[in-house]
Amino acid sequence: MPTSPSEYAADQPQADQVWDVAVVGAGPAGVAAAGGAVRREGRVVVLDAEQRPGGQYWRQGPDGVGRHHHDRRVWQDEMSLLRDYVETGLVDHRQSHRVWRVEPPRDGAPGVVHAVRSLPGGPDVAVTVRARSIVLASGAHDRVLPFPGWDLPGVVTAGAAQALLKEHGVVVGSRVVVSGTGPFLLPVATGLAAEGARVVALCEASDGRGWLGRPRALLGMPSKLLEGAGFAAALARHRVRPRLRTAVVAAHGTERVESVDVARLASDWSVVPGSVRRVECDALAVGWGFLPRLDLAVAAGCATTPGPGGVPVLVVDDTFATSVPGIWAAGEMTGVGGALLAVEEGQAAGMHAAAAATGEGRLVTAPASKRLRRLRAFAAAMHAAHPVRDGWQTWLTDDTLVCRCEEVPVAALTGAVDDLGATDARTAKLLSRCGMGWCQGRMCGEAVSRIVSARTGCDAASSAARLCTDLAGTANRPVAAPVTLGLLAAEPPSP
Amino acid sequence: MTDEPIGAAPVAAQHFSFDGRPVAFTGGQSVGAALWADGVRSWRSTRHAGRPRGIFCGIGVCFDCLVVVDGRADERACVVPARPGLDVRTQEGSGRADLAL
Ligand SMILES: Cc1cc2nc3c(=O)[nH]c(=O)nc-3n(C[C@H](O)[C@H](O)[C@H](O)COP(=O)(O)OP(=O)(O)OC[C@H]3O[C@@H](n4cnc5c(N)ncnc54)[C@H](O)[C@@H]3O)c2cc1C
Ligand code: FES
Repeated sequence: MPTSPSEYAADQPQADQVWDVAVVGAGPAGVAAAGGAVRREGRVVVLDAEQRPGGQYWRQGPDGVGRHHHDRRVWQDEMSLLRDYVETGLVDHRQSHRVWRVEPPRDGAPGVVHAVRSLPGGPDVAVTVRARSIVLASGAHDRVLPFPGWDLPGVVTAGAAQALLKEHGVVVGSRVVVSGTGPFLLPVATGLAAEGARVVALCEASDGRGWLGRPRALLGMPSKLLEGAGFAAALARHRVRPRLRTAVVAAHGTERVESVDVARLASDWSVVPGSVRRVECDALAVGWGFLPRLDLAVAAGCATTPGPGGVPVLVVDDTFATSVPGIWAAGEMTGVGGALLAVEEGQAAGMHAAAAATGEGRLVTAPASKRLRRLRAFAAAMHAAHPVRDGWQTWLTDDTLVCRCEEVPVAALTGAVDDLGATDARTAKLLSRCGMGWCQGRMCGEAVSRIVSARTGCDAASSAARLCTDLAGTANRPVAAPVTLGLLAAEPPSP
Repeated sequence: MTDEPIGAAPVAAQHFSFDGRPVAFTGGQSVGAALWADGVRSWRSTRHAGRPRGIFCGIGVCFDCLVVVDGRADERACVVPARPGLDVRTQEGSGRADLAL
C-alpha cells in the first residue's frame, strides 16, 4: 500500500478548467440541481461519494434498477435528463468521489472542491475541481439515540436496513423489530415484510395525534396520504400492527442481538411501569428521523439555524443561497423533508447558482411554487407530529455506551459533569472523550448535548438552543470525509 | 458516467475471502452487505472492551463496520464494493494510524 505522497498520482484531468457549477451530492437534490443549472446554460460537474447516483432515497440496485421506491417517475425523468446532459458534455458526472473540503469562491477566484476518488482496487486519488458557484446537496443520515444494547451487532439504523434492502438486496434479519419515530418506519417495515422478513414488532414512539392538528398539511399532499394508505394496507397484509407510543428501550444478546425490551411510553417518553415486554428477534432497526449532513457547509462558513425537529439546518434565502456568497444548498441540508422536496429545492438552487456563474446575475425569484409550499407544510407537520422527547434518557443505564467509537459509557459522561465540573457539552466531550472518535460525534452528538443539558439543569428552551449550537459545532470538522495523511500532503496547493 | 458499469447482475456467484473462507456476493454489493447476507454480523472487535461490531448506519458515516481489506485496515465494509478475490479480514482493535479525520 502506498504510504508516501509521491506514490499517489494526482488526477487532475481538467486542472485549469473552471466549471460554472460544482454540485456535491447526487441524491434527489443534487441531480435536480445539475438539471436546473444546465437549464440556465451552466456547465456543471457533479461529485458523489457513492458508486451509483440516487442518494439515500433513489438507491439503485447493481442492475441500475431502483427497487421499493415511490415516485419512480420523478427519478427516471431526472436521471434521463442527466444522462442526456452527460452525453452532450454539459455535465461531468463523477461517482466514487468523496468530497472532504469546499472553499467558497473569493475575490473573483473560483471556489475549490477537494475530493478523493476511490476506485475499487485502485489507490485513492486526489481530485480538485474549480467552479464559480457551488451547490451543496449532501443530504442526511439517520438520527440516533443511545439505549442499552444499541451497540450489539444486528442493531442497525432504519436507514441501514433500507439501504441493505434497496441497494444490496439483503434482508437485515428474519425476525425483525422496527422502532423509533416518523413515517420513514413504514416503508422500512413494509419493505422488510415484502422480502420475507417477519416484522415481529413495529414501535412508533409518538401517539400520531400530532398529525390530526394539521389536516391541511395532509390534505394538501394527497399523494402522501395515498402512500400512507398503501403502507397501512401492506402492513395489514403481512399482519404487522404498528403500536403507537411504544419503543424498544433495550436490546439484549451476547455476540449479537437476540431479543429486545418493548415498552409503552408515557407522554414524556419515560417507560410506563410494568409495560416492558421481551420480544425475540435477530435484528433491530431503529430510527428517530434524520440529521442533515452539514459538515462541508459549516466548515466552509455557512451559517446554521434551528430547523424543523429542533436540529440545525443551513440558513438559505429564497434562491437557496447560503450565508456564504457563491454557495447554494438544497435538500435535507436546508431541513429534512424527503426526496420530492429535495428535487424542488435542487432545481431552484441549481438555476440560481448557474445564473450567478454565467453572469446572468440574480434571477428574479418567483414566489415559492404551490408545490414547494405544500411539501414544506407537509414536512413541518411531520416534524411536529414526531418530536423526540427527553424521557428517552430514562432508558439509559450507567454502562450504556453513549459514544460507540470511543466506548464511553453514560457514567463517564455524567461524571464529567458531576465530578469534573463540566457545564457544557464541549467540555464534557473533552473530559470524557465522547464524540472524539472516528465518526467525530455524528452518532452521539445529540445524545451528549441532551444528557449534559439535563444534567446541568437546563430548562427546555435553553436545552433546545444548546442542541443546535452543539450539533453545528460538532459539524465543524476541517475534513468531512476520510482522507489519508499521504493524500493530504499530495494535494496540489490551491490558489 | 459512473465508474462501475451497470449491467445485469451476474448469475454465477462471485467470491471474496473472509478470514480465509470464501464468501459469495452478487454484483454491486458492498463487502459488508455480502458478509451480512452470509450470516456474519460482526467483523471488528473494539479497541477497549474487545466487543464485536458490524454494520450500524449502513452509509459510511458511523465507522462501526471497519474491516481489513487487502491489508488495508479501517476500510468501511458498508461502502467498499465487493470484488472477486478480495482478502477481507476481521479487524482487531485499532487499525492504521495515518487516517486524518
Ligand atoms: C440511510 C438512509 C436511507 C434512506 N432511505 C429512504 C427511503 O427509502 N425512502 C425515503 O423516502 N427516504 C429515505 N431516506 C431519507 C432521505 O434523506 C431523503 O429521502 C432524500 O434522499 C434526501 O435527498 P437529498 O438529495 O437531500 O440527500 P441524499 O439522498 O442523502 O443525497 C446526498 C448525496 O450526497 C452524497 N454525499 C454526502 N456527503 C458527501 C461528500 N462529503 N462527498 C461526496 N458526496 C457526498 C451522499 O453519498 C448522497 O449520495 C433515507 C435516508 C438515509 C440516511
Ligand atoms: S455501517 Fe456505518 S460506516 Fe459502515
